[in-house]
Amino acid sequence: MTDFFQDAPLRIAGREFASRLLVGTGKYRDLDETSDAIVASGAEVVTFAVRRTNIGQETGAPNLLDVVPPDRYTLLPNTAGCYTAQDAVRTCRLARELLDGHHLVKLEVLGDDTTLYPNVVETLAAAETLVNDGFDVMVYTSDDPIVARELERIGCCAVMPLGSLIGSGHGLQNPYNLRLIIEQAGVPVLVDAGIGTASEAALAMELGCDGVLMNSAIAHARQPVLMASAMRKAVEAGREACLAGRMPRRQSAAPSSPFAGRINA
Amino acid sequence: MQIQLNGEARTLEAEASVAQLVESLGLTGRRIAVEVNEEIVPRSVHGETRLTDGDRVEIVHAIGGG
Repeated sequence: MTDFFQDAPLRIAGREFASRLLVGTGKYRDLDETSDAIVASGAEVVTFAVRRTNIGQETGAPNLLDVVPPDRYTLLPNTAGCYTAQDAVRTCRLARELLDGHHLVKLEVLGDDTTLYPNVVETLAAAETLVNDGFDVMVYTSDDPIVARELERIGCCAVMPLGSLIGSGHGLQNPYNLRLIIEQAGVPVLVDAGIGTASEAALAMELGCDGVLMNSAIAHARQPVLMASAMRKAVEAGREACLAGRMPRRQSAAPSSPFAGRINA
Repeated sequence: MQIQLNGEARTLEAEASVAQLVESLGLTGRRIAVEVNEEIVPRSVHGETRLTDGDRVEIVHAIGGG
């Protein structure tokens, strides 16, 4: 961050964050790489999955929460792998127990395992149950502005439309829809899923997103820790560019050097 | 007594509490959460919660994910 400009923090459900990059913890080679990438990303909010323990193989094995300690990061348990509202709600309640009452969650309810596209009918149902149960719900959804509005009305604390399919790295497939969602939203909008490289993260921020959540773009880079650093800079750059406001586009060229005083005049 | 533990049948020698099951699995003190028959069993009541035949027990933890 430049020293002459101090951005407002990202505010989600009463918490404040200096970083607008949120990261996942999947697909890394090992926990050391996970930890190094998170540090390089500068992320303060870190998402993870909830799964059955491997009975009999668990004793002494390092745990994700050892390298992502809850007293240092804001943990964001997610409902990845859930295909029904009921499973997603169960998973969130397990996560709340796992984290001693922590109730900020990332809700995602998937439609099928080919597209991992959100099932918005189940997502809306789960969001309503979770909000009524006292959870702060950051919700993964499609880039449909009407669904985004409904999720906000239900009481979700952040709306997180996809840029493109989870893990696809196809970037922002519908920036016009993202713009519609951003313009109407009264809660933070974060692009979740689809980012492939730094320029796409910057573009999401330039569109006016409040933040970006990613996993594969960092974890599946040839050098994940270096990409984590690139993403940190991209999100900061995109945010500053958004606030600064881009110059107007014009049809013809406009010289940056003055015409007057040329030696051939 | 037979229970379903994380989706698999498991025979318990005798009556057991959730705390005793957790201990027998070497998970005491680990960051886990327990559900019995789709209801959360808070850590504070593991000791007093008795398992009964046919119970469906889930023990979960945090793993990497996005």
